[in-house]
Amino acid sequence: MSLRNFLDKIKPDFEEGGKLHAFRSVYEGFESFLYVPNTTSKCGVNIHDGIDSKRIMIMVVIALCPALLFGMYNVGYQHFLLAGLDKSFWPMFWFGFLAVLPRIIVSYVVGLGIEFTVAQWKHEEIQEGFLVTGFIVPLIVPATCPLWILAIAVAFAVIFAKEIFGGTGMNFLNVALITRAFIFFAYPSVISGDQVWVVDHAICGLGTDAIDGCTAATVLGVASTQAAAPVFDMNMIWGLIPGSVGETSIIAIALGALLLLYTGIASWKTMLSVFVGGALVALLYNKCGPDNAMAAMPWWQHLVVGGFAFGAVFMATDPVTSARTETGKYIYGFLIGAMAITIRVMNPGYPEGMMLAILLMNCFAPLIDYCVVQRNVKKRANRVING
Amino acid sequence: MSEIIRLRKGLDIKLQGVPSEEIVQLDSSETYALCPDSFTGIVPKVVVKENDNVLAGQALFVDKNVPQIKFVSPVSGQVLAINRGARRKVLSVVVKSDGKNESVKFPAKSVQSLSAKEILDSILEAGLFAFFRQRPYDVIANPNDTPREIFVSAFDSKPLAPCFEKVLEGRELEFQIGLSALSKIAHTNLGVCCCQKSPALTEAKNVDVYKFSGAHPAGNVGVQINHIKPVNKGDIVWTIAPQDVIMIGCLFNKGAVDFSRIITVAGSRISKPSYAKVIMGAQLSSIVTGSLALTQTEHTRVINGNVLTGAKAGLDDYLDVFANCVTAIPEGDDNNEFMGWIMPRFKMFSTSRASMGWLKGLFCKNGFDIDARVKGSERHMIMSGEYDKVFPMDIYPEYLVKAMITGNIDKMEAYGIYEVAPEDFALCEFVDSSKLELQRIVRESLDKLRAEMA
Repeated sequence: MSLRNFLDKIKPDFEEGGKLHAFRSVYEGFESFLYVPNTTSKCGVNIHDGIDSKRIMIMVVIALCPALLFGMYNVGYQHFLLAGLDKSFWPMFWFGFLAVLPRIIVSYVVGLGIEFTVAQWKHEEIQEGFLVTGFIVPLIVPATCPLWILAIAVAFAVIFAKEIFGGTGMNFLNVALITRAFIFFAYPSVISGDQVWVVDHAICGLGTDAIDGCTAATVLGVASTQAAAPVFDMNMIWGLIPGSVGETSIIAIALGALLLLYTGIASWKTMLSVFVGGALVALLYNKCGPDNAMAAMPWWQHLVVGGFAFGAVFMATDPVTSARTETGKYIYGFLIGAMAITIRVMNPGYPEGMMLAILLMNCFAPLIDYCVVQRNVKKRANRVING
Repeated sequence: MSEIIRLRKGLDIKLQGVPSEEIVQLDSSETYALCPDSFTGIVPKVVVKENDNVLAGQALFVDKNVPQIKFVSPVSGQVLAINRGARRKVLSVVVKSDGKNESVKFPAKSVQSLSAKEILDSILEAGLFAFFRQRPYDVIANPNDTPREIFVSAFDSKPLAPCFEKVLEGRELEFQIGLSALSKIAHTNLGVCCCQKSPALTEAKNVDVYKFSGAHPAGNVGVQINHIKPVNKGDIVWTIAPQDVIMIGCLFNKGAVDFSRIITVAGSRISKPSYAKVIMGAQLSSIVTGSLALTQTEHTRVINGNVLTGAKAGLDDYLDVFANCVTAIPEGDDNNEFMGWIMPRFKMFSTSRASMGWLKGLFCKNGFDIDARVKGSERHMIMSGEYDKVFPMDIYPEYLVKAMITGNIDKMEAYGIYEVAPEDFALCEFVDSSKLELQRIVRESLDKLRAEMA
């Protein structure tokens, strides 16, 4: 238990009056990261369930890992494919790893830095919500996204979408999506078009700089600009297509979804109803939609391309920003799916409807819950009237 | 007999240290005490002085606002101390037992021949009204109110609680007399568990019997009220524990009150967990002794009551008058779990499958040895639907708790605060991954609301 002894020994330095008091929140963060706090219950129940928010957040991070690892491979694969290089697995993976890693680091350093500062300032503990947000952010932007833009976007999202509302659990908009939306509206050229989805330069001697006219559009990008939607091929399931880092592989996302559903951390009601909503509305557009490629794209293809699956599994199910009542989750999920497809079909300017659909429904989630809870309230009020 | 009311939500926490069937006869305690804090919502006015001699059933203190409610000594003896805390608040009145256990005598009466007022007066005179609680607010009832109904839950589904059928053995008549007395005061409902077969319960007379099935909190009287006939704003219902119904029966049957109770002394830190017959208010050191002694005194938590609603206590504390069990579990403050957020945790109980404890629950029938650690830090409410899974009432617990945290009285009323008691939120507090102190929040809100409405 020498580590424990060491922590106990340095603890006084971080307490009130200690020379390192300015880093109290950091110390507490690391201490509770290493050892589960052994404080015992003071009032109320004498025993507690083993689950806590740290464990929940870590489970989500683990669920995101397949998407991240595959995404890294795919970043390399897309680069090598476009450059016409023939390489084996590891060079492609390392290329992607080196392209994505700085984005993970920037996302965590900026976000956690703000979290630590705010925790210190408000004399609170560090909350672990950003563990997930910081991991999702690099997965929903292109691997070419400039680091400084990412840093500004993360800072904006953490401060204005979360901290001003009171931190994890009090935000009503998904912080990772606000990061993406910030980039989308402030710097649209780095997150849309057909120039941004493939890394066009060598990294640490891997890959090549000699890519001429680096264009590789996403499936949705093609569908929004051309008359006919791209024909389905299995790479849309495996994920070997251009796109944001983590969104391409349905298989990797499905692995994460399985873990989240098995542990019960994500609500199956939300997840299922996003897909049902998306499928039904896409089917509707297939039958009687406007005359464009998006509307003509088969309904099942809508569900596997773009950020639909990633959003449904990891972002729509965010418990803080989603509807909190069980009935509300069905409505909330269904409307996300429906809105995402509608935005794709009706507004070719925004080929990725998922981000906007989730953010929009984040805003409406409290209203949905209000209606659900109000039914219960009315029932109670009627009981008094009817005796 | 009505149909079985099946509750699908809830959770039975299987703890180690299940009591054996044996009922241990304990030596009597030297001192007994009554703590006014046990009787929620009253203002105590002590009516004895130190060194006064008292009989069992003689008042030690009364409620300042409703002086008819007497809180009586469970044993005969001498008043040893009136302990006071800050601002002279009465903490406890301690009585040194003389070992004779002489009690105040009343005439035995036939319940059938008495009116509601006569019954209520007899109960008040014997000091048994202190065991009636009321909804709303979950406080000691007021005898001047007219309750809509009285509810009795004949089973306690909390972990390691005594089986009431066992407590009832040989006292069926008194239980029935008690129920008949209650039914004279107001319409009385008895909630029984579908596994209880005793005819004294299933065929109880003068009351409506409702059968419940399901995990804890099916035995909570608040949950039963919610399913039988919920409390509306303006309604008052009374509740009373089944062992206290026996006391009332005994009063009318024999003309004396028997303050003894059958409790369980259980938990993983008790050497031979079993039932025990004790007089209420006994010192815990006289209960947790002999075959019921602690296996280890250090890093052990003794609980005055059950693990969900009981309070942490020392052995020199006194058995709470409403407690029907004494539990001893590991405190856990010596446990430094390394990187608990990622360890598989095969031995730790969790309702979530994010840890592997459920595997043990599947294969091992011995139950879990859960310590008193909170196992996390307090957060804002993050996960949704956690409370719903263990809250079988027609209420949205999350929204009610949020209204309580923000102190919004209109919303509390709309969301059903009049129907709940802190104990109904005990399981929610147990499963909560944000580790909020829900029972404290509910208690404070009920107190605040009561003060506002007064």
